[in-house]
Amino acid sequence: MKEILSDLDAWKAEGRRVALARVVNVEGSGPRDPGAAMAVSDNGDVIGSVSGGCVEGAVVVEAIDILESGERRMVSFGYSDDEAFAVGLTCGGTIHLFIEPLDW
Amino acid sequence: MSELYERLRAAIVDERPVALATVIEGHNAGAKLVVEPDGDITGTLGHPELDRIVSRDAVGELAAGRTGVRHYGAEGQARETDVSVFIESFSPPPIMLVFGAVDFTAALARTGKLLGFNVVVADARSVFATAKRFPMADRVMVAWPDEVFDTYGDRLGPHDAVCILTHDPKFDVPAVQRAVATDVGYIGVMGSRRTHATRLERLREVGVDEKGIDRLMAPIGLDIGSRTPEETAISVCAEIIANRTGHSAPSLRDSQGPIHRPPADG
Repeated sequence: MKEILSDLDAWKAEGRRVALARVVNVEGSGPRDPGAAMAVSDNGDVIGSVSGGCVEGAVVVEAIDILESGERRMVSFGYSDDEAFAVGLTCGGTIHLFIEPLDW
Repeated sequence: MSELYERLRAAIVDERPVALATVIEGHNAGAKLVVEPDGDITGTLGHPELDRIVSRDAVGELAAGRTGVRHYGAEGQARETDVSVFIESFSPPPIMLVFGAVDFTAALARTGKLLGFNVVVADARSVFATAKRFPMADRVMVAWPDEVFDTYGDRLGPHDAVCILTHDPKFDVPAVQRAVATDVGYIGVMGSRRTHATRLERLREVGVDEKGIDRLMAPIGLDIGSRTPEETAISVCAEIIANRTGHSAPSLRDSQGPIHRPPADG
């Protein structure tokens, strides 16, 4: 979150609504450690990252949904054979994200 | 509403350690506690006893620089799993002390910044140690090693680095002497194998013991065939990473196992 702090400040100052996604747990091989963060603003701008680029697209969709609903929730992404084309991590691990509105 | 964010932000910007605890599962998901190293808290997770236990744990996690999920009962009980709390530690940036205001220094300072180090360049010669020559450094000190270690020595720990690039015994010897007396995680010393052999004699003469000598990474850097200051900076920084994680540093092609292994320091 440190890396995106100055962008978050700017968004807050502009009065944008922001959803914050943080990696809280990683099982197996994962590209980013717990604490990696990305944020999505209400006009769809994105800062930071939570994986090596594998799941960021899906996180944006979740984040926009969370901005609309105001709910906070855990979202997990992993690899599974029967969903070879679903969103997942090519490195084979599973990451658990906590996504919430930055209303605090 | 923004008090939590402001507390967290202020600590990070001022480079003070701070932890953020967030309930991610269970009652009150999203509730937060900002915890400072002295145990001062802002916010609440919903129950005073849970706040007390989590803040105590967060102080410990912060001291160890760890980030992860812990489970508690609704009132902070151990061995219960009603609530999952994500405790995120924000440590101040690690310090890289670079001795010697030479060409290699500028490249190393830039690479150190890339890795998130707070980079301090020091040289006793005021002509060379200027902010103009090292605009990328966080601080340029015209100082002898003693003064630099008087300022930073107590703050150095496992994630910090000392790089001694002077290859002049006048500076090297006192810099190494002071560096081995700290808890710094990495001490690299530049110079050829021959320079290092004579340096070792001088270090033993001034009383540096074998345990201290074993800590020295000299000649500095990984064996990747670096020639230029920039290539050398990459080799030094790669060695700093490998040293911290406890990995030997073969090429990925020649090693086995997952690319993203957890670091040995947890």
